Amino acid sequence: MKLIYEKSQSGRRGLGVPKPELPVPEVPEELARKRAPRLPELSEPEVLRHFTELSTRNFGIDTGFYPLGSCTMKYNPRVNERLASLPGFAGLHPLVEDDAAQGALELEWHLQEILREVTGLDAVSLQPAAGSQGELTGLMLFHAYFADRGEDAQRRKIVIPDTAHGTNPASVTMAGYELTPVKTDTRGNIDVEDLRGKVDEHTAGLMLTNPSTLGLFDENIEEIRDIFHGAGALMYYDGANLNAVCGISRPGDMGFDVVHINLHKTFSQPHGGGGPGGGPIAVRKILEPYVPVPVVVKEGAGFRLEYDRPKTIGKVRAFSGPFGVFVRSYAFIRAYGPALREMSEVAVLNANYLLARLKAAYDLPFDRLCMHEFVLSARLLKREHGVTALDVAKRLMDYGFHPPTIYFPLIVPEALMIEPTETEAKETLDAFADALLAIVREAAESPELLHEAPHHRPVRRLDEVRAAKNPIVRYRFEEHPAEHGAGDRQLEAQKGA
Amino acid sequence: MSFLSLTDADREAMLATVGVSSIEELFRDIPEGVRYGRELDVAPALTEAELQRHLEELAGRNVVDEVCFLGAGIYDHYVPAVVDAVLQRGELLTAYTPYQPEMSQGILQAIFEYQTAICELTGMDVSNASGYDGTTVAADACYVAKHATGRTKIVVTEATNPQVRQVVKTYAPGFGLEIVEVPHEGGATDPDRVREAATDAAAVIFQQPNFFGILESAPDIAAAGEEAGAMAIAHVDLVSLGVLEAPGAYGCALAIGEGQSAGNPMSYGGPHYGFLAARNEYIRRLPGRIVGETVDAAGERGYVLTLQTREQHIRREKATSNITTNQTLLALAGLVHLSLLGPQGLREVGETCMALAGYAKERLADAGLELVFPEKATFKEFAVRTGRNARDALAASRARGVYAGYPLGRDYAGLDDALLVAVTEKRTVEEVDRLVEALSRG
Repeated sequence: MKLIYEKSQSGRRGLGVPKPELPVPEVPEELARKRAPRLPELSEPEVLRHFTELSTRNFGIDTGFYPLGSCTMKYNPRVNERLASLPGFAGLHPLVEDDAAQGALELEWHLQEILREVTGLDAVSLQPAAGSQGELTGLMLFHAYFADRGEDAQRRKIVIPDTAHGTNPASVTMAGYELTPVKTDTRGNIDVEDLRGKVDEHTAGLMLTNPSTLGLFDENIEEIRDIFHGAGALMYYDGANLNAVCGISRPGDMGFDVVHINLHKTFSQPHGGGGPGGGPIAVRKILEPYVPVPVVVKEGAGFRLEYDRPKTIGKVRAFSGPFGVFVRSYAFIRAYGPALREMSEVAVLNANYLLARLKAAYDLPFDRLCMHEFVLSARLLKREHGVTALDVAKRLMDYGFHPPTIYFPLIVPEALMIEPTETEAKETLDAFADALLAIVREAAESPELLHEAPHHRPVRRLDEVRAAKNPIVRYRFEEHPAEHGAGDRQLEAQKGA
Repeated sequence: MSFLSLTDADREAMLATVGVSSIEELFRDIPEGVRYGRELDVAPALTEAELQRHLEELAGRNVVDEVCFLGAGIYDHYVPAVVDAVLQRGELLTAYTPYQPEMSQGILQAIFEYQTAICELTGMDVSNASGYDGTTVAADACYVAKHATGRTKIVVTEATNPQVRQVVKTYAPGFGLEIVEVPHEGGATDPDRVREAATDAAAVIFQQPNFFGILESAPDIAAAGEEAGAMAIAHVDLVSLGVLEAPGAYGCALAIGEGQSAGNPMSYGGPHYGFLAARNEYIRRLPGRIVGETVDAAGERGYVLTLQTREQHIRREKATSNITTNQTLLALAGLVHLSLLGPQGLREVGETCMALAGYAKERLADAGLELVFPEKATFKEFAVRTGRNARDALAASRARGVYAGYPLGRDYAGLDDALLVAVTEKRTVEEVDRLVEALSRG
């Protein structure tokens, strides 16, 4: 398919711009644009058709089953799109005086209250733009808390299990902390014996995803809590997997002091091909003085943004946060009400059902009931037939499914991480299980079919090594004179006609 | 619950397959002591129709019918209908990061096209797939500069957006960076002051046009930074780049900014997108997703996420950033808007903003109001003295249905009487006349 730049024809345009009868002030010569940017030149219908064609070469939840582990690809209610684009929301400038934003502030305040209840914590900052920014913000709160107690210089270490998302160690480095890795035991929990030797007066805290990236709830969470709090350290809950436990178990009750909530996962903001997200944090009372500003507060019947927090860490993003994300997640939560618990129950049922159908055919590293997701291994397929997790993933595309997350978590070889979410029908789960079982048979009978998959997508398997070796990261106009020359000739021909 | 698809019979059959007798039993690994024994204290469920009414009621309590001259980083530009049509394509809207390129050629190609547009506008060689917003990309840029230069001081001009400066300062301790601000003089930055401050600095961050809307001597500021061995980082407005020079053309190492102006409604501050582009030598230090061209097994052109060894899921604590989820959908909105405008349309948007803003300055001066920095050339924003506390002037203008601007006293000492007025191509001559009347009569 052509790039939009290859469809460009000099002199076409897709949007008119108002031109008042006024003089245009001169830009000083040394500051004025010398060469026009080579933006595409297309008519309005051509632009729409280009992006519509791109959409047909993409796969979303609206297209089909998308069990991408750890990403919680659930249905995104369409009404939420309509609500976020209401003129009273979409047309509101973020710097208006509070009296002009009472509806928006009330919505943010309600969302804060709901997140306090779901997490079991005391205060909320909606500001972080995504889960990983929530992590970094949480670690900044750790610094502020210990600095206030005169312990910041002493407590430099953050403990992270080997199953953690890569964002956790990356956040530790960005926050200026040092990483202390801890092992996983034979049941998929944190290895408590390994942990005991690693937590002391130099430890600032723990970052933990619970249920973990293995889809397993840590059975020793109370013991872990006692170890950290006993050492005067804090606990951070990576809320990536909160979809498993809404209304069932709350991070605050597990002992965590800071939690981030991925609004785009648990509370259904559409993922948009990579974003946006939302990563509000909820914190225990002891950390409330340090949260980013502004915070939405209720005063009498009204609401206002409060900036006067002397101990705040500052701002991690502009304004109060990604408001359009809040509208969608608030609407999603209000559509469920207290039945958020049922959402989590069904997510866990769907995952366990798929696991039960698949565990005899694939290798299961930790044989327990899972939570909202589970991790299988294709290592036996690799050993016996030379078929890898990557081959399985690519072959699933031919069956019409988006593949699961692969090669993560790192401690499971040839990992397939499957998260069906609560919104899927049993028929869909059965069709997916049937496909994965068929692939096991294909691996034995015709492994080359899998090595060469996918066969039915707009492109064949793509060469990622080549892309990284010689990066081409923008259209190189200078290397495609033929197309542009042809374009010019075509334009001349049209003029002649 | 209409978002769930299991019947009671399905649930029974599935529990039997799992080998448990109840849903409750699925949660047996959760210790008793940390279970939540109550029903969540959340308001009762609403049907779709009830939800629509409730949210309409909330939206109705926001004031959006005043003529908007408020800017200060977020602007009331026109968003074309085709942007909405593209964003509502479920195949794009409901996809996630294109980890599996064969399922995701649409979004990958769109990001590649977006990266190309950002490079063209900024004069840079490489752009990432987006950052969170115009403030966080500044923090990202500091991290790049620290590692590229091995230095630990960042110079930021005081005429840079206050929220950008606040976010950089919040990130700085974790990065091990010291932030030094260079004050403005008469609304603009003196390149000589930058040169003095930039000794041993990793980077110089400045905004063009600056927070007051003023056109800085950007090439001189960039040169002052580079002479001291600091990376010049320009924070720019995409909408200005049809008429203003590209940062790459005057020697900047990085160009960053808030992308909202292209393709996105104001939406009370988000979600929007930040853009970050760089000269080629910094490609392996950039944060975030980058899409690259390659070929498939049949030799056909295609696109993949590339240079992933920079990223947290591979490099973990040694990654160039912790970013995962970004703002792809909003960046796509920007690409669609820019594709509709083309080079000519983008230039015209800039010219119309400048023409209307110029008209507003002239009329306000005629009406006896004083411009704060009358000698300086501006783009779409300018500062005006209201002759009293700016918040009072704002209240009076709002009573006349005009939201006249941003009170600069919130961020700058000595400007309690000044409003920062933004004029986009959506405003009309008549609306500017109303602004003048609202501010001059009060």
